[in-house]
Formats: sequence, structure tokens, C-alpha cells
Amino acid sequence: MALPARREAAQAFADGLSLPKGGWAGPARTAALARLVESGLPFRRDEYWRYTDPAPLLAEAPHVADDTAASAFEALERVRLVFRGGVFDAEASDDPKAAGVELLSRAGGSDIHWARETYGTLEARGQTPVARPLAALNTALAPEGVLIRATKPNATPVELIYHVEPGASEVFLHHVVRLDPGASLTLLETGTAAGRGNTVLEVDIAEGATFHHLRTQGGDPARQVVSHVFARLGREARFRSFTLTAGGALSRNESVIELAGEDGSAHVAGVAMGGKGVSQDDTVFITHDAERCESRQVFKKVLRKGMTGVFQGKILVKQGAQKTDGYQISQALLLDDDASFLAKPELEIYADDVQCSHGSTSGAIDETALYYLRSRGVPKAEAEHLLVQAFLAEALAEIADPALAEAVLGRLTDGLAELR
Amino acid sequence: MLDIKGLKVKLEEEDKAILKGVDLHVDAGSVHAIMGPNGSGKSTLSYVLSGRDGYEVTGGSATLDGADLLDLEPEERAAAGLFLAFQYPVEIPGVGNMTFLRTALNAQRKARGEEEVSAAEFLKLIRAKAKTLHIDADMLKRPVNVGFSGGEKKRNEILQMAVLEPKMCILDETDSGLDVDAMKLVAEGVNALRDEGRGFLVITHYQRLLDHIAPDVVHIMADGRIVKTGGPDLALEVEKNGYADILAEVA
Ligand SMILES: Nc1ncnc2c1ncn2[C@@H]1O[C@H](COP(=O)(O)OP(=O)(O)OP(=O)(O)O)[C@@H](O)[C@H]1O
Ligand SMILES: [Mg+2]
Repeated sequence: MALPARREAAQAFADGLSLPKGGWAGPARTAALARLVESGLPFRRDEYWRYTDPAPLLAEAPHVADDTAASAFEALERVRLVFRGGVFDAEASDDPKAAGVELLSRAGGSDIHWARETYGTLEARGQTPVARPLAALNTALAPEGVLIRATKPNATPVELIYHVEPGASEVFLHHVVRLDPGASLTLLETGTAAGRGNTVLEVDIAEGATFHHLRTQGGDPARQVVSHVFARLGREARFRSFTLTAGGALSRNESVIELAGEDGSAHVAGVAMGGKGVSQDDTVFITHDAERCESRQVFKKVLRKGMTGVFQGKILVKQGAQKTDGYQISQALLLDDDASFLAKPELEIYADDVQCSHGSTSGAIDETALYYLRSRGVPKAEAEHLLVQAFLAEALAEIADPALAEAVLGRLTDGLAELR
Repeated sequence: MLDIKGLKVKLEEEDKAILKGVDLHVDAGSVHAIMGPNGSGKSTLSYVLSGRDGYEVTGGSATLDGADLLDLEPEERAAAGLFLAFQYPVEIPGVGNMTFLRTALNAQRKARGEEEVSAAEFLKLIRAKAKTLHIDADMLKRPVNVGFSGGEKKRNEILQMAVLEPKMCILDETDSGLDVDAMKLVAEGVNALRDEGRGFLVITHYQRLLDHIAPDVVHIMADGRIVKTGGPDLALEVEKNGYADILAEVA
């Protein structure tokens, strides 16, 4: 399809939508819809969608069962906020106000709000140089989400727990987090929001603030996820994001991170695993736009029968971003011959005093190591498990907090057991 | 104990016979040594006994205390009491030495219907064994064999043997790459395990190890067969004259 035709199609699509009305977010929604029409809907021939066919994401959303697995973070002290089919469930949740959390649906009606500066703004910045139409769609449509303004260090972690509601097969959630200078916050996300969950998280991290983000995506075999994380980091700010994907039909997780102040640090990591009919895609774009910033991308995928794993990762170092330290690794362990891993690592560097490395590998389990373990009495399945864990170790090490790492490891072990 | 009869093995991938009818019997309580020229099939024998892929048994049998080894999975052979100290120990990045050994020990115990060893008990056990082999705590914490020197790898094999306490121990050139002191440690490790119920099959090229571990029986392997069997003197003869005379004599 040529672009004008695509634009027409996008326009026709947009005309059929009705946006949540009024309030401070109104102009941002209208502008986002215009961005969507401008870029057109994604399709297979887009360079950015070469490895993951977006067609299923534009077709009717699947209906799925609720995720019955308990939250991986059950053992942690946190504020729990439950969303059913994208609607906030006050009964099942802790008091959001006590945690300083507001809901988009409630705060959206007023004319002024601190979130106005951020809502749709980081998403819009993230549309260049690559268009992300499904994020623009989210900004335009999302009726719900959380607005969190962290003002102090060591705020209690907030967990967003998603559940399926039979009536809602497609759900849009848009979260905005702003961290004031020196503040720190951990945001957790768990479960399946709907047959298709489209979430956007915009995070503005001021000077010296720290943001931790951990999520485990639900495992219903039919569910789809389109997620975008847009983060902007000020001076000496820290950003950590880790995603565990076990199963699901299609997951496209995009992270767009901008290191805008000196000495910032951004780490994005993930573990994905699955089998037949699973397609999982991590697409990361990190921009270094200030001196002495560090970034790491660590992605590991354990692929069983027929699963496709995708990694597209880019480090862009702008002119003047001297002393940049960028690292990127993506690796796949192919447990069956028919699994496939597609990786596109990219570096684009306009500064001369930088250190950037990237690597990508895919391979089967080490047969010699497997035999060695078995020759010592370790049963095959257990030996494989040890080797898989060893393979994943570098990604897990990115979770700095031991309690969170433990929580994710527990979920991961369950996921691996199901894969056997 | 270990009973090998007419064992014939070829490579799975190509039509190449490696073992051409091996007969060998090791009694409990005895130490047998195997010597033989490079490429004669010594390592192949040890791999086939421990269950490595890539080989096809075309004839003969191998049993351990009556159990048909060739019919068991590698881990089942280990649980049945077979242990191979590898000629080339394998590096396993990301798997800690301690985790590995404890998993192995408990898996074997479980397979035999014995109680598993707790973390604390295991720690005590491994510390004691490591000390006698002069293996420091740091080596225990590192990933299996990763970054170990050649000699450290061999000592690590003996440590595993000491912890797992197998019935039938096969040592494939555990002495090569060891300095004089390490060789003594390894020999002491072996000697400490020697008892009525345990058998050893020691593959080596040199008399030196056999000075420390006095074997009861010495076999010479050539071209996939045991071509000569004798007492400890046979090893001395090889050390002095090489294999030429022996091979000529049996040809
Ligand atoms: N997987 C394999 N592929 C090809 N050839 C093999 C393979 N395994 C063994 N061989 C061959 O089988 C023969 C016996 O090898 P093996 O390693 O058992 O000898 P060895 O007696 O242990 O020798 P060394 O004393 O050098 O350790 C050699 O010729 C070797 O090249
Ligand atoms: Mg050999």
C-alpha cells in the first residue's frame, strides 16, 4: 500500500473512533490521532515491522481467559491496583490516593493537571525518527491509566494488576509517571489486561531520580500485547526496566528511552519464553543526547517449538554525547529446530569519544555440557533447566533488587516448567 | 563389578569402527590400569560406558553389578554408581560449581531412594573434601570449570568423585597436565576412596601416577582391543620400551 492510500485508510479508521471527551488531555488526544493519520497504520512492509506482522494487531481482538496465576510479587509490600478489562476495580484494590496515585478516568475531567505536560508528550517525541502509530492510537483512545507523581525517595512500590473481563477484548491503558528530583519509585505490572492489551507508559525522570519497572506479561496462549514505554531521563537519573514474557500469541514491547541529562543510566532487559504459536518482539530505541551516560540492553529468549523471537535494538549517540557507554546483547536459546530468532542490532553514532558494543547470538543447548551434567547423575530435564537458567543469568542480573529478582525467578521457573 | 564382554562400537555418523571387541573385567576392591597408544580407543570406551551420544554399540555387553549399562540413560548409570573423570572436563558458564555438585549428589540420592542432603550438610561435606584436595573456596563458587587451569580442572574431577562416592570409578588421563604435587593429591584422593566395595579403571600414559596408585592389573589397549593384560610390571615395561615390542608380539 502506498503512503497516501495508507493515510486514507488511517483517516477512515480514525473517523470511526470516538475519543474520550474534554479535560486537559483533550488536545493531546486530538494531536495523537492526527499523528496516527499522518504515519498510517503499521503494515508488514514497514521496515520497523519486518519481523513481526502487525496484521493480527489490527484485526479483531481475540477473546481470552483470565490469567489465573497469582501475582509474582505477592511476597512484597506494595500498593495493589486492580484493573478488570481496563476498568479500575476499587473493591479489589488498595486505596490509590493513599499512595499518591490518580486515575486518568477521574483526573481527566479537570482543565489543569501536572500530567498535562507529560501525557502524549514523550510519546510524540518518540515518533521520530520511527513512527509508532499504535502508541499514538493509545494516547488518543486510552480511557484509563494511572498518573503517579513521585516526590520522595523510597516510595512504596505500586503494582498494576490486570485481569480480563469477558466484555472487553481490547483494552487501552495509558500511564504517566513523573519523578521529581531525587525521588524513586518501583512500578510493577502483572497479568493480562484483555485479548489485546495496548499499554503506554510515559516516564519523566528528573535529576537524580530513580525509576524501576518490572512486569510479567500474562500467558494466555491467544492474548496479544502491544506495549510502549517512553522514558526521558534528566541528569544523573536512573531507569531500569525488566519484562518477563512467558507465552501469549503476540507481544510487541517497545521501549523508547532518551538520555537527556549528563551521567544518566538506562537499563532495559527482558526474558521471553514460549512455544508453538508464540511470537515475541522486543524493540528498543535508546538515544544518548548528553555526556557520560550509560545504557544497557540485555535480552534473552528461550524458544521452543515454532516460537519466533524478535529483537530490534538501536543505540543512537547524538553529536556531543561524548563518553557514552552503550551495551547491547540479544541472545536466543533454540530448544527445538523449528524455533526462530530474528535480531537487528543497530548503532548510529555521531560523537567520537564513545564506547558502544553490541552482540547477538542464537544457538541450541550445549550438548557436551548437557552430557557432562547427566554423567554426574543430573536428570536430563533438570540439567536442561540448569543450562537454561545459566543462559538467562545475565538478564536476571539486571534486576538489582534481590527480592524482585527472586519474585521474577519464581515466575520464570514456572514458565520454564510449562515449556518442557 | 564391571563386566565388559566383546564390546564393539562404531561412530554413529560414519562407518568407522573404534572398539573392535573389548573384554575387561574389574572386580570390586581392585584397581585396573589401561595404557595404550594415542587413538587406540581408551576414551571412547569410557564415553560409551558413561553414555555419551555419537556412538553405536554394534556388539557385546557392559554391565555394572549385573545391571545392563548400555540400556541406561547417562544419569541412571551415574546413579547406579558409575563415574567418569573426564580427560577434558567440560566448562559450564553460568552454573556454579557448588550448585552443580549438590544438584548431582541429591539427584543420585533421590534416584537411589536415599534422603537428600541439606544445604548445610552439603557445605560441610564439600568443604572437608575440598580441603584435602587443596581446592580453595573461590574455586567452589566459580562456574563449573570456567577459567580453571588444566590442573585445577582435573582436581575438580576428583573432588566430584570424592563427593559422589561412586562404586566404579573410571579416570581418563587424570594425571596429564598435573604438576608433581597435584599428581600426589589426586593419587591420595583415589587411594582414600579405595575399599573393598569399589573398583577403579585408570587410563594413563605414564608410570608416574601408577607409582602412587599401585594397580592390581594393567591392560594394554591397541586398535580398539585389549591386546595384553598383566601385573604392575607391564606398565614399567611400557615406560621403558614403548609399545612397539608388545604390539609386535601380539600381531
Ligand atoms: N566423534 C568422533 N569422530 C571422529 N573420530 C572419532 C570420534 N571419537 C573417536 N574418534 C576416533 O576414534 C579413535 C579413538 O579415539 P579415543 O579418543 O578413544 O582414543 P584414546 O585412546 O583415548 O587416545 P588418547 O590417548 O590420545 O587420548 C581415534 O582415532 C579418534 O580419532
Ligand atoms: Mg583419550
